[in-house]
Amino acid sequence: MAYRILEKEEIAPSVHRMVIDAPDVAKAAKAGQFIILRIDERGERVPLTIADFESEKGTVTVIYQEMGKTTKQLAKLSAGDSLEDFVGPLGTPADVRKLGTVILVGGGVGVAPIYPQAKAYTNAGNKVISIIGARNKDLLILEDELEKASSELYIATDDGSKGHHGFVTDIMKRILDSGEKVARVVIIGPPIMMKVGAGVAFPYDVEILVSLNAIMVDGTGMCGGCRVTVDGETKFTCVDGPEFDARKVDFVQLMNRLAMYRGEEAKAVENYEDKCKCGLH
Amino acid sequence: MQELHGEKTGNAKKERTPMPEQPAEERRKNFNEVTLGYTKEDALAEASRCLTCKDPKCVEGCPVNVDIPGFIKMVCEENFEGAIERIKATNALPAICGRVCPQETQCEARCVLGKKGQPVAIGRLERFCADYEHEKGVKSPEAMPPTGKKVAVVGSGPAGLTAAADLAKLGHKVTIFESLHKAGGVLSYGIPEFRLPKEIVQQEVEYIEKLGVEVKPNYIIGRIKTLDELCDDFDAVFLGTGAGLPNFMGIEGENFNGVYSANEFLTRVNLMKAYDPEYDTMVRLGKNVVVVGGGNVAMDAARSALRLGAEEVSIVYRRGEDEMPARREEVEHAKEEGITFRLLTNPVRILGDEKFNVTGVECIKMELGEPDKSGRRSPVPVEGSEFLVPADVVVIAIGTSPNPIIFKGSEGLEQNRRGTVVADEETGATSKCGVFAGGDIVTGAATVISAMGAGKKAAKAIDEYLKEK
Ligand SMILES: Cc1cc2nc3c(=O)[nH]c(=O)nc-3n(C[C@H](O)[C@H](O)[C@H](O)COP(=O)(O)OP(=O)(O)OC[C@H]3O[C@@H](n4cnc5c(N)ncnc54)[C@H](O)[C@@H]3O)c2cc1C
Ligand SMILES: Cc1cc2nc3c(=O)[nH]c(=O)nc-3n(C[C@H](O)[C@H](O)[C@H](O)COP(=O)(O)OP(=O)(O)OC[C@H]3O[C@@H](n4cnc5c(N)ncnc54)[C@H](O)[C@@H]3O)c2cc1C
Ligand code: SF4
Ligand code: SF4
Ligand code: FES
Repeated sequence: MAYRILEKEEIAPSVHRMVIDAPDVAKAAKAGQFIILRIDERGERVPLTIADFESEKGTVTVIYQEMGKTTKQLAKLSAGDSLEDFVGPLGTPADVRKLGTVILVGGGVGVAPIYPQAKAYTNAGNKVISIIGARNKDLLILEDELEKASSELYIATDDGSKGHHGFVTDIMKRILDSGEKVARVVIIGPPIMMKVGAGVAFPYDVEILVSLNAIMVDGTGMCGGCRVTVDGETKFTCVDGPEFDARKVDFVQLMNRLAMYRGEEAKAVENYEDKCKCGLH
Repeated sequence: MQELHGEKTGNAKKERTPMPEQPAEERRKNFNEVTLGYTKEDALAEASRCLTCKDPKCVEGCPVNVDIPGFIKMVCEENFEGAIERIKATNALPAICGRVCPQETQCEARCVLGKKGQPVAIGRLERFCADYEHEKGVKSPEAMPPTGKKVAVVGSGPAGLTAAADLAKLGHKVTIFESLHKAGGVLSYGIPEFRLPKEIVQQEVEYIEKLGVEVKPNYIIGRIKTLDELCDDFDAVFLGTGAGLPNFMGIEGENFNGVYSANEFLTRVNLMKAYDPEYDTMVRLGKNVVVVGGGNVAMDAARSALRLGAEEVSIVYRRGEDEMPARREEVEHAKEEGITFRLLTNPVRILGDEKFNVTGVECIKMELGEPDKSGRRSPVPVEGSEFLVPADVVVIAIGTSPNPIIFKGSEGLEQNRRGTVVADEETGATSKCGVFAGGDIVTGAATVISAMGAGKKAAKAIDEYLKEK
C-alpha cells in the first residue's frame, strides 16, 4: 500500500505543502486532527497536522517545515512519488461550536493547522479573527487562504517586513484589551510561543486552547511517549489532545520532553547531508 | 537418579534433548534468535521419549488441544509433513507457539513424564515441525467455495490472524483492519527478534493473505470508521484489538526523559528496528537500565536494552521469583545473559536532573505479608529500606489495558470496569449483534495461544451466525 503525492510545492523557504491521495483519511478528517506518515520502510513515523482535506477528491494536505532528517527527506520528494505509510485522522477533533468571537493565533508552520480551524469556526457561525506571524514576510504562509476563511486577518513579523512589527501575541492582546467580547483563543505554534501567548491571555476572561506537538510513535495511545502533564495529571497528547486548556498545561515539561533526542537528531541530519552530498541520494 | 540416557527401552529416556542455542556471551550482543532449533536427530531423540499415552494429559493442558501424541508419533516415523498437518488442524501458528507458549504451565505441565522427571519438550518439537515445513515451502492452503459473506476483523494480532484464517478457509471474504503499519500485533511490535524472528510472523501473515484475506494496515477503527459503520458494511465483525494501552505507576518523576513504557521501548526496538543503524528510529541507549515488572514484557525489555549496549540492566519486581509471570525459559536466559534481578523491590520515585533526564530510581524493599483473598501473599513495603538504583533509562512494564479508541463513536458494546469487552467464553459473542471478540481485549493481557484459541472459537461461532443470518 502506498500513498501517492499528488502535488508538492515550496510555499516559503524550507516550508512545503504536499497533497496526498488518501481517501480513507480524507473522508473522516476533521479540523484539529493530524496524520502520521512514514516515507519508507526505514523511516521514522512523523506526525503532521491536517492542513486541509477534500473528502470528495480523497485528498489530504500537509504543510511542513524542514527540521531534521525526515522533514528534509520529505522535502526532496515530488508529485508522483509515494509515501509508504500515511495514517489518520488522529487525535480528538477540535471542539468547534458556535461561541461568538474566536481568535486564532498561528506562528511559523503553526499557521497551517489554523487554516482548517478558521474554516470550521466560520462554518459554525463564529466571527473568526486570525492572527498569523513569522520571522519575516517571506516565511508567511496561507495569507490568501486565511483572508478568505476569516472575518479579520492580522499579520505580524519579527522584523517588521510586513504587518505589525513584533509578535502575534501583541495583536491578540490589543484585541482582548479593546473590550470586544472574545469567547476563545486558539494558539498554535512553537511551544515557546504557545507558552508566552497563553501567559498573555491568562488574565482575561477567555478560554485559551493550544495544540501540543509532543514526540509521538503510534498516535493511538499505545506507547505513552507523547505524555504531557495537564492539570497535574498525565495525559496522552495523541488521544486526549492534541488540544488542551493552555492554563493547565505544563509547558516546561513539554519543552524538556521535546529535547529528548536532540543529540541523536543532529547526528541524523549530519549523516543524511553527508550522504546527500555524494550525489547518490 | 537412574541413568537412562541413550537407552531405548520403554521409550523413557529421562533427560530431555537440550535445545541448541547461542552462547550467552555472544547472544547478549546481537538480536539474532537465541535458540537455534532442534536438528532432525534432536527431534527424533526427543520424540522417542513420548509414551504416546492413551489418555494424554498434555492435550488437556493445551488451550487449543493440539493432538500431541498424534503428531509426536509421526515425528518418530519421520513423517514430518503429516506431523505439521496434524498440528495445524488445531493450531494455525505453530512456528510461533512452539517458540513463545508458556509450555511449562500448559501442555508440558501435564505431561506424565514430568511427574518423575522432565516432560517431553512439546513446544520444541512443535517448532521443529513448523520450521521444517517452512524450509520445504508451505503448501498453498485450500479454501471452501465463496459464501458471499463479508467479515471484518479488527486487529492483526494472534486472535485476529487466527479468526481471519479460519473464516477465510470457510469461504467468507475477510478484511483485516490494523492500526499500525505492519500486521502481527504484539508478535510484530512487542516480542523481540531474538525470541521470535519477524520473518516468521511475516510468513504467517503471507499465508493468511494467500487464503484471500485482505490486510489493511494504517486503518484505525474508531478513527477512519466507527465500529457501527463496520457493522453496516460487513455481515459480522471480530474484535481482536488486544490490550495495548500501557499502564504507568503514577509515581513522582515518571515523565522524565528516558522513562519509557515497555510498549514504546519495544516498538521502537522491534517494529521500528532502532538497533539497526539503517533505520531512522531513535531510542535512548542506556548505560544503566532499570526495568520495572516481572512478566515476559519486562524480560524482553531488559534483554533488548542489554543488546543495545547497556552495561548494567536490572529488573525490579515487587514479588519473589516464584511469582514472576514470565516464561521460565526467559527468566533463565535473562539470568545467563547477566541481567540483575532485584526481587521483592518496588520503585517509589524516579529521580532526574535539571535537564529533565532520568538519573535513578528510588526503590523500597518489600516483604510478603499475610495471604490476601486470592490466597497470594501480597508484598508490603519494609519501612525505612529505601535505596537508590542509578539509571539513565527506565522501562515500565507493569501491564496494559485495552485501548479505548475502538469504542469511539459506537454504542452498545458492554465493557468491564477494567475496560475489557464482555464476551461469551465459548463463542466470543458480545452484547452487540454481529460483533464477536477474543484475545487480550476480552481477557486483558494473556498469552498468544489463548488469543488464538479465542479467535478460533469465534470464527466457528461467526460461521454459524452467518449461516443463520
Ligand atoms: C500533533 C502534531 C502535529 C504536528 N504538525 C506539524 C505540522 O503541521 N507541520 C510541521 O512542520 N510540523 C508539525 N509537527 C512537528 C513535526 O512532527 C516534527 O517537526 C517532525 O517530527 C520533525 O522530524 P524530523 O525528523 O524532520 O526532525 P527531527 O530531527 O527528528 O526533530 C526536529 C524537532 O522536531 C521534534 N520532533 C522530533 N520527532 C518528533 C515527533 N515524532 N513528533 C513531534 N515532534 C518531533 C523534536 O523535538 C525536534 O526539536 C507536528 C507534531 C505533532 C505532534
Ligand atoms: C513484550 C511482550 C511479550 C510477550 N511474550 C509472550 C510470550 O512469550 N508468550 C505468550 O504466550 N504471550 C506473550 N505475550 C502476550 C501475547 O503477546 C498477547 O497475549 C497476545 O499477543 C494477544 O493477542 P491479541 O490478538 O489479542 O492482541 P494483540 O497481539 O495485542 O494485537 C492487537 C492488534 O490490534 C491492533 N488494534 C488495536 N486497536 C485497533 C483499532 N482501533 N483499529 C485497528 N487495529 C487496532 C493493534 O495495533 C494490534 O496490532 C507478550 C506480550 C508482550 C507485550
Ligand atoms: S500450542 Fe502451545 S500449549 Fe499447545 S501444544 Fe503447542 S506449545 Fe503446547
Ligand atoms: S503426556 Fe507426555 S508422554 Fe504422554 S502423550 Fe503427552 S507428551 Fe507424550
Ligand atoms: S503517540 Fe503513542 S501514545 Fe501517543
